[in-house]
Amino acid sequence: MTLLKFSHERLLPTLSEPLEEVTLTDWRENPSGNAGATALVVDNDIPLSDIASDLSGFSVVILNFPKFQDGRAYSQARLLRDRYGYTGEIRARGDVLRDQISYMVRCGFNAFEFSGEDVSGADKALREFSFAYQPGADNEAPVWRKRLSRAAAA
Amino acid sequence: MKIITGNRLSDGLVVFLGSDGQWTPALERAANFADDAAKTAFADAQLRVEEIADLYLIDVDDAGALTGRETLRESIRKAGPTVRLDLGYQAGA
Amino acid sequence: MYRYDEFDATLVAERVAQFRGQVNRRLSGELTEDQFKPLRLMNGVYLQLHAYMLRVAIPYGTLTSQKMRKLAHIARKYDKGYGHLTTRQNIQFNWPALVDVPDILDELAEVEMHAIQTSGNCIRNTTSDQYAGATAEEVEDPRPYAEMIRQWSTFHPEFSYLPRKFKIAVTAADRDRAAVKFHDIGLRIHKNDAGEVGFEVYVGGGLGRTPFVGPTIREFLPKEYLLSYLEAILRVYNQQGRRDNKFKARIKILVNSEGVDGFANLVETEWNQIKNSGVDLPREEIDRIHAYFASPKFENLSGESKTHKAKIAEDKEFARWARTNLAEHKTSGYSIVNISVKPIGGIPGDISDIQMEAVADIAERFSFDEMCVTHEQNLVLPHVKKDDLFAVWSALKAVDLATANIGLVSDIIACPGLDYCSLANTRSIPIAQRIAERFSDFQKQEDLGELKIKISGCINACGHHHAGHIGILGVDKKGEEFYQITLGGSGAEDAAIGEIAGRGFSSDQVVDAVEKLVDYYKNNRQDKERFLDTYRRLGAQPFKEALYDAA
Repeated sequence: MTLLKFSHERLLPTLSEPLEEVTLTDWRENPSGNAGATALVVDNDIPLSDIASDLSGFSVVILNFPKFQDGRAYSQARLLRDRYGYTGEIRARGDVLRDQISYMVRCGFNAFEFSGEDVSGADKALREFSFAYQPGADNEAPVWRKRLSRAAAA
Repeated sequence: MKIITGNRLSDGLVVFLGSDGQWTPALERAANFADDAAKTAFADAQLRVEEIADLYLIDVDDAGALTGRETLRESIRKAGPTVRLDLGYQAGA
Repeated sequence: MYRYDEFDATLVAERVAQFRGQVNRRLSGELTEDQFKPLRLMNGVYLQLHAYMLRVAIPYGTLTSQKMRKLAHIARKYDKGYGHLTTRQNIQFNWPALVDVPDILDELAEVEMHAIQTSGNCIRNTTSDQYAGATAEEVEDPRPYAEMIRQWSTFHPEFSYLPRKFKIAVTAADRDRAAVKFHDIGLRIHKNDAGEVGFEVYVGGGLGRTPFVGPTIREFLPKEYLLSYLEAILRVYNQQGRRDNKFKARIKILVNSEGVDGFANLVETEWNQIKNSGVDLPREEIDRIHAYFASPKFENLSGESKTHKAKIAEDKEFARWARTNLAEHKTSGYSIVNISVKPIGGIPGDISDIQMEAVADIAERFSFDEMCVTHEQNLVLPHVKKDDLFAVWSALKAVDLATANIGLVSDIIACPGLDYCSLANTRSIPIAQRIAERFSDFQKQEDLGELKIKISGCINACGHHHAGHIGILGVDKKGEEFYQITLGGSGAEDAAIGEIAGRGFSSDQVVDAVEKLVDYYKNNRQDKERFLDTYRRLGAQPFKEALYDAA
């Protein structure tokens, strides 16, 4: 596993800083006993409603891909960014492969416990597409917005 | 007895593991394995990931003819579509 | 018709480049088959019994002659000279080599086509009414909305690894030719009491081993909210759809377990949070897409064509075809032409390279360069002048595409079955061929009227057997092919799931069994009743008796 962080449109290998992890369930049951925790681990079958108040003390939220075909965490990441305004690190854990990372970035992930070996390939895969049809949790404007600005400029 | 079969990775065509260790399109040239030997040979064949997609075992009788539940399916795989006799291995080279 | 701009073209080209890289990584052994399979599926590449299969997307079924000619070229150069029209208005090729697929995709991209999301657990090609843009029945053309959905769903980062595949269909007519109630999401464009146009939204329809007619979760959705509403449905499904059992993973199971109201509430709650957050298209983009679908410039013609009338009077065969294969056009002096791809004894939906080119030529000359694949595995020329009908028929006849059987007993939907498909338990095509041959007399077929037979070679129901007036499901019985009959299904606006008639029939018996049902109908129908109407009036019992008592 290699920890990759996404910044300035690039994926860079990063040394794993020590994190104190706590699951959302444990945190909610015993916040004082987990006061030192820095990373919140949210399983992918947990509904994210009312999570806003849990997020404030955490600089990292870890979401899970038990198999890469299990895409629930994509929605969780979008909700964290779009709905709950979480701006810290969202880290993907589990079956995290090169061909899915660009979708993860579009959904708001910015750190990856990468299961593969080819880090430069994963970085390259991020730039395979120049545009996106739909808005995501990243900064990429959807194609229709680009069409509008182009039409306005013409 | 068992035969090891799969589809060739490059073009998807049906192949069988021959007794010389090469893949062959002809069921008649496939190696027949006793059940125990089949397990070992299958595990070895599975390592050849760059050659084959979707590897599995099929049942044959002692004479090497298809037998069991999947006979119809395997006979169609071996020959080609029953509704297009001009296509598949049945059509010849 | 929609044309790619630089954005569409770039994305499709980049997708081909990406897949070329993925194929190379698979061939070099860097990717295992398990890792590669979902990637190839999302590019339309299956592994079937004999070879790979490539499914090419035809958005809402619509083709130009340029596209059709490219499909013919691909059939000839990379395949074995034919393609197969599918029940989702796509086309598939049965023999491509994996190493050739990137080149095929490059060739498709040249004519603004692709194989994106024609398989895999993602949002599939959106289907529509094959009479779209040509029928007076529709409130408006549904295809611009299908195109908006195509773009929104393409490479959707959140919804590419759903619990299961996801199919959307749109219609705008009361007569449903798109089977919208058998889709994960069905959309029916209609006018509300205030005269505004919007969508009725059905969710959780489907066939397969647990068939459901999709219930309405919203009677009226204002048009401008289409994409945010879809996004809300998909988000609920992505999070809450079952992933523990692939046979319970479709959205219909979630809708059923939550209840229609419960599910609708989940969607409405989600939608209320996102409906004004920038998911929906602005007016300008909606107008831009609509503009591509403007009606062709029809001539001012009288409703009656003297040429057509004269030809009907002098040629009985043409007259029959005109009765069975034409439909009313919205414009005076024009007709919608249905091309049957179900020759008697042929393979339903198979079309050769030469036939494809012939249809392309005919469409270019006589139908404003437009044609459409139907979910019943046929083709439509949407805009043909009545004066030209005889010429069109003659040209079709020359390539064996003038079978006069649209909607009749020999116009059978059949899945590829065990002749091609690795999931099938039994063959389907030979049964379709033998039924068509049994009822080959065109006069008798016409006399029987609308009768929809649909055949699936396994419980996955790709041949829509649940929706057949007579449905046939192949089951494996200790290595032998058996066929179960269902009765009274419908895929139209009166959607219904067929009822199992009783024990199955061997391959030898099943055609006789169908004939007994048809005979019973013929002897007991009233007036112009269809098979389905007689069945509904009399109930299942007498049909079952006819099927089993005399046996």
